Amino acid sequence: MSDNYVPSSKFGKWFNDRLPLLSLSAHLREYPTPKNLNYWWTFGGILTFCLVAQITTGVVLGMHYVAHADLAFESIEHIMRDVNYGWLLRYIHSNGASMFFLAVYIHIFRALFYGSYKSPREVIWIIGMLIYILMMATAFMGYVLPWGQMSFWGATVITNLFSAIPLVGESITTWLWGGYAVDNPTLTRFFSLHYLLPFLILGLVILHIWALHVPGNNNPIGIEIQKPSKDTVPFHPYITIKDLFALLVFLIIFSGFVFFSPNILGHPDNYIPANPMVTPSHIVPEWYLLPFYAILRSVPDKLGGVVLMFASLFILIALPWLDRSKVKSAIFRPIYKWTFWLLILDVSVLGYMGAMPAEGTYLLIARVATAYYFLHFLVILPALSSVEKTDPLPLSISEPVLKG
Amino acid sequence: MSKKNLQFVLLFLFFISFTKLFAAGEKPIKVDWSFKGITGKFDRSSLQRGYQVYNEVCASCHSMNLLSYRNLGEKGGPEFSVDQVKAIAANFEVTDGPDSEGEMFTRPGRPSDKFVSPYQNIQAAMAANGGAYPPDMSVLVKARKGGADYIYSVLMGYEEAPAGFELEDGVYYNKYMYGNKIKMAKPLAEGSVSYADGTEATESQMAMDVTTFLTWASEPHLEARHQTGLKVIMYLIILTILVYFSMRRLWSRIDSKE
Repeated sequence: MSDNYVPSSKFGKWFNDRLPLLSLSAHLREYPTPKNLNYWWTFGGILTFCLVAQITTGVVLGMHYVAHADLAFESIEHIMRDVNYGWLLRYIHSNGASMFFLAVYIHIFRALFYGSYKSPREVIWIIGMLIYILMMATAFMGYVLPWGQMSFWGATVITNLFSAIPLVGESITTWLWGGYAVDNPTLTRFFSLHYLLPFLILGLVILHIWALHVPGNNNPIGIEIQKPSKDTVPFHPYITIKDLFALLVFLIIFSGFVFFSPNILGHPDNYIPANPMVTPSHIVPEWYLLPFYAILRSVPDKLGGVVLMFASLFILIALPWLDRSKVKSAIFRPIYKWTFWLLILDVSVLGYMGAMPAEGTYLLIARVATAYYFLHFLVILPALSSVEKTDPLPLSISEPVLKG
Repeated sequence: MSKKNLQFVLLFLFFISFTKLFAAGEKPIKVDWSFKGITGKFDRSSLQRGYQVYNEVCASCHSMNLLSYRNLGEKGGPEFSVDQVKAIAANFEVTDGPDSEGEMFTRPGRPSDKFVSPYQNIQAAMAANGGAYPPDMSVLVKARKGGADYIYSVLMGYEEAPAGFELEDGVYYNKYMYGNKIKMAKPLAEGSVSYADGTEATESQMAMDVTTFLTWASEPHLEARHQTGLKVIMYLIILTILVYFSMRRLWSRIDSKE
């Protein structure tokens, strides 16, 4: 494999002995990949593209954006109106965030369905969850930057959550705001952090891929590679072209949003400049944060809501130890398969309730869905690990699959 | 498409349809705008008439701070000629300065000037309008749920309040406005403007024209966006097809080994 890679040119060998970049490149090309990966496995590549696209467009937008409470809104409109192709950059960036989350949710649910978080891939999963949490923080702060009504009030609601922490809560919010309310200092620090976090994400993505390349990819039937020569294909060209094909299909959908309905995923109120004196009738976060917003609001106590919301995220980190079933892929887990789809339904319902006013039936449904979310991870999964009778597994990736 | 793929697609559609499900109260009138759809373009003469309506009716209360007179002559907009734009700008008095004496002075507007606001500041605007601030119209269409349809509907939605509906002084009933109460008096009436191109100035004609104008003001690059989008997507589709067949060919080596 790549460990024994020897560059053909003399200079290549000289350089590679000092910095083995050519070996790394050879490793990436030859990396043995299960040949039975389906299209749900192409989202890793798509996500890498999304990150690079966000950073690239973001850096250029940052050249024109002005992080100041009095100027931010107008500077965005300046980008939209007077900067060459500014509208394109900004719409790619704002819709790119939604596309990034769409892809990451598919990526995460793929891991859930095929048990990709299980041994020996726990560290990949944990790094992935850290990336996801950082993504949410980055997206939230990015949404504040246009300094529209939803920016301002979203920032107010979310930063206020920290005031629920006993004793030090008030001091923490003051510290986060850089004052006694969301104002210019809040905006400037959010801009600074919004610029910084993506590079931390990039670093974690490199670790995520590194950790992936140690055990290798999981695959749809969830059994490990037995005979690399029969079970795998080299990453290049087989997976690169498949990833490219999937990326192009994804880009067609992405372009549909950017060019033909660039504002459908945003909230109209964010085209109203921030006004601390006027509260919008409904304060809603972007769609990708709605399930967590629903969990937050389903608890009558503020602190309780905050705790539950963070718990709903951190519980995911513990997933490899909550689901003890030895069988990875849901294909061979007749009961888990159903709970998986129920979880998807549950999270969708939470998302929907997050967009609705927290009252009456909506609140009741949100509470039931919140309870089920925790039930799934804390009770159903651990119980299934011992109760469920799994179907027989095939012998290897290349062997004919046993009737399951 | 397999069942699972379908489920994912449905889930996705479910998410993006949120915005639609919000709508409270009377649904806005659906208008078949020329700028709708993937090849949508603005109707140039409607934009020019729309500017006239804005200028003669709306502009007495509503500012458009983000627009400059030069925008009126730019591609994809009303496309007034250079001389027309100069003439339009020159109709306005712009405060400039300080001059070499340190004094502020007024001069006729130039194409590079921003639209002159009807009020000095928000407080002055509120004082003149019974405490209600006439919103800036630069991005108004994007700042309202329902967009152009909604703006058009509000303009057309003035009616007698139903019996028993309480209206305070200076508040009007509007079928489409949130809460059915609006502080703006009915702005358009048959013949409010006399169109330079001879078009009959009916209420709905003026509402259409000014809404078209406001949509362009919110999205001045809409036409370029649609045109670029079509090219980008065509390119992507062709490339996707080529890559698909290359992929099939490459993978046939693997599949044939089995």
